[in-house]
Amino acid sequence: MPNATDGSLEPRRFFLDRFAIDDSALEETIAQAIARKADFADLYFEFRSSESFSLEEGIVKKANKNISQGAGVRVVAGDKFGCAHTDDVTGASLRVAGETARAIAEAGGSSSGVSVRVTSPQHDLYTLNHPPLDVALSEKIDLLSRIDIAARRHDPRITNVMAGLGIEHKIVLIVNSTGVVVGDVQPLLRLSVTCIAEENGVRQQGTSGGGGRVEFSFLTENDRCLDWVRTAADQALRNLSAVDAPAGNMTVVLGPGWPGVLLHEAVGHGLEGDFNRKQTSAFSGRLGQQVASELCTVVDDGTMPNRRGSLNCDDEGTPTARTVLIEKGILRGYLQDKMNARLMGMPPTGNGRRESFGHAPMPRMTNTFMLAGESVPQDIIRSVPKGLYAANFGGGQVDITSGKFVFSATEAYLIEDGQITRPVKGATLIGNGPDSLTKISMVGNDLALDEGIGTCGKDGQSVPVGVGLPTIKIDGMTVGGTRA
Amino acid sequence: MSDQSLEEIAAYLLAEASRHGATEADVVVVEGDSLSVGVRLGEIEKVQRSTARHLGLRAFAGKSSAITSTADFSRDSLARLAEESVALARITASDEYSGLPDPADVAVEIRDLDLYDPAIRELTAEMATDWCKEAEAAAMDADPRITNSDGGEFAGGTHRVVYAASNGFTGGYRSSSCSLSAVPVATQNGSMERDFWYSARRRLTDLDSPASIGARAAARALRRLGARQVGTAKVPVVFDPDMAASLVGHVAGAVSGHALYRGMSFLQGKLGQRLMPEFVSIVDEGDRPGGLGSKPFDGEGLATRRTPVIAGGVLVNYLFDTYSARKLSSRSTGNAARSVADSPGVSPTNLYLQAGTTSPEEIIGAVSSGLFVTELMGFGVNPVTGDYSRGATGHWIEGGEIAYPVSEITIAGNLLEMFLNIEAVGSDLEMRRSVSAPTILIGSMTVAGS
Repeated sequence: MPNATDGSLEPRRFFLDRFAIDDSALEETIAQAIARKADFADLYFEFRSSESFSLEEGIVKKANKNISQGAGVRVVAGDKFGCAHTDDVTGASLRVAGETARAIAEAGGSSSGVSVRVTSPQHDLYTLNHPPLDVALSEKIDLLSRIDIAARRHDPRITNVMAGLGIEHKIVLIVNSTGVVVGDVQPLLRLSVTCIAEENGVRQQGTSGGGGRVEFSFLTENDRCLDWVRTAADQALRNLSAVDAPAGNMTVVLGPGWPGVLLHEAVGHGLEGDFNRKQTSAFSGRLGQQVASELCTVVDDGTMPNRRGSLNCDDEGTPTARTVLIEKGILRGYLQDKMNARLMGMPPTGNGRRESFGHAPMPRMTNTFMLAGESVPQDIIRSVPKGLYAANFGGGQVDITSGKFVFSATEAYLIEDGQITRPVKGATLIGNGPDSLTKISMVGNDLALDEGIGTCGKDGQSVPVGVGLPTIKIDGMTVGGTRA
Repeated sequence: MSDQSLEEIAAYLLAEASRHGATEADVVVVEGDSLSVGVRLGEIEKVQRSTARHLGLRAFAGKSSAITSTADFSRDSLARLAEESVALARITASDEYSGLPDPADVAVEIRDLDLYDPAIRELTAEMATDWCKEAEAAAMDADPRITNSDGGEFAGGTHRVVYAASNGFTGGYRSSSCSLSAVPVATQNGSMERDFWYSARRRLTDLDSPASIGARAAARALRRLGARQVGTAKVPVVFDPDMAASLVGHVAGAVSGHALYRGMSFLQGKLGQRLMPEFVSIVDEGDRPGGLGSKPFDGEGLATRRTPVIAGGVLVNYLFDTYSARKLSSRSTGNAARSVADSPGVSPTNLYLQAGTTSPEEIIGAVSSGLFVTELMGFGVNPVTGDYSRGATGHWIEGGEIAYPVSEITIAGNLLEMFLNIEAVGSDLEMRRSVSAPTILIGSMTVAGS
């Protein structure tokens, strides 16, 4: 693979060489796509080279390498769009795709030519000297074996360890109907660890992991990967003695970091531009209104260096940004792609993302988190006579229209008389987006971002994201345990 | 090699793998095209077309293996792929249970299971748009409280799969699928509720009518209006067919040979035991004609078949591919699922809980006070322990009648206890998806609310 880890010229050269086309093919395709009565058109080229390795039962059983590539042509006219995707990229297949995509628009537009000009992305968030794909295979295999040994040494009750390493190197090129050409090279690394603990016939699991748009050495710096091993193993071990979770409405304290998935579900999705343009979100028409307690400021920031959810530009070529969604409890902004921003008369925010060339862009989150407050975390716990402390979560889900959302605790404890006491079994928490955040009565000074393993699904498309949260106290939330 | 048949490409890769020293190898090639159309508020909103093809080569170096896959079908790329796959196989660990199935076990005949409708390939965006408009209009016209819409959507696609292995198997088949859905939004007193209905089939002519899909979607959105929380209590819970199917899905995950050998299944060590009342049976049927989960052979070339999983309440079979069967001293059940980029796993084909004789109305009618669940949210199921806790939406049942809609509640229990506690199975089984069930009643679960 040609070295294409910096600048924007390289992605363009890379694709022109790879598909044996030239700038005129780009210009002809985009000019043809925009030839009808359309607002804009874009071309998206993608090349993704990935590797994955997995260990279980003490050995690395799987090693996979994959290459996917292709192009998508999109034509947008008002609130309509046409899209065509192909993985057999030639001048001819691009012409067919362009014709298919533009069928959405009415005939009769002016067909002036488009001349392309290359621009550089505004950010440079993850240029790597040594992309993880270039690291020797033996180093990757060794790392997984070290993780297995560390987990088993941690406690003899750990009976199985599953560790997975996923590495991706993605090159994209976006060409739009104003002639802008912008490319990006997007590395991505993810390590996951699952431990199974067993004692007296009871089995439990714990999971952890991390990563980002980082070099391979990130995993071993400061013994990060060993911290994840401990987290996964301890979670499995603690769950062995977990008692039934309580059921009903109670005070809930969320720990820092990954529990930020609360924000992702409770407000993040509901603030995506498409739902708000269509007025199908529980947050539709509520800009300027109070939707959270005044302790809450929530942002989506795609510009954080090396984070999993970050991008130099979104998949429409718009530079990513830091967008304030909620400021001191007041709803301030939506997450926009180009089409929804234009239809709502708002600026795009750099949140137009697509899973691959085979999918259409839509507004998506990047890294979504709440800013730190002033409370000391221990004081937050001490203030709760009876409640639940949730330290870690699995996934969540939201019904955008009714605002109801869930997220499932995988590590939780009872709070009794201001103290964290017994571990409880996992339970789902359910709330209503527009009012859950109004019940936040304390915000800690310990903002943490997650370790870099999050993936968000929307409309069948998965994209990497990040979340973050300081310790917070919610004065009432429904906890779905079994102990009524 | 873009102009060669998929079979020729597969044969070339097997030969190249062998030339580079692979002791065994297999290849899966898939190609497909798809069309999706969306309509919103009576106007076309999107049209998407795509063509895709991908192939994956698994090479063995003795008892170790690796997979390489690509969308680049050029001769250079494929030659490199074979070389890389063998080189990668040499660095993974030797695993005595790995390897292709015995040649005696692979399918000898590729059955025609009526999985392909050529009409889907010929379909125009205009035809699909008309169906979407009709489905959405039926929803919008159903009631003045239907005030908005997330649209009507059609998706259709055709696929061809070819699988070839160095144990002598070569086979291929075509399949198709299509679906039509409507997503209306109902409003009352300033609060909105969205719901949907859909039909999914192998053949276009088997889809439910657009008007019936729209009307059903509207009825589902309307019945949610005015939902409230209920108090926390232990009560009987009725699962509608789609929600009951999600419980069958949890059985599927737990009877997978891969979950079992990893120690990640709450059904480990339960073979031969009674898990459900004797009136409950669950069957996996891979060769069901026209089934959404049917295929003539599995991801390793073995013939798919009918495998009882729960018979008269007793767990009688787990589901295996070759690898997990060898590890657990059993035989493959023809449930290997193979994607191009990964080694085989285990997946159910058409897995369903067999219909009972009680109508859903009778089941609800027998509940004096309880919950009727129509939607579940989130991922609160622990596959290792069976602990279950999910967000729910539905209706409160009072005196055998649907009393009022409820939301923002959870239901919780443990799957092993829930299964033993099944008190009724409905007569309303429809094979709407690859995993299906009729209405079922579970005697007691914890409902958490206000």
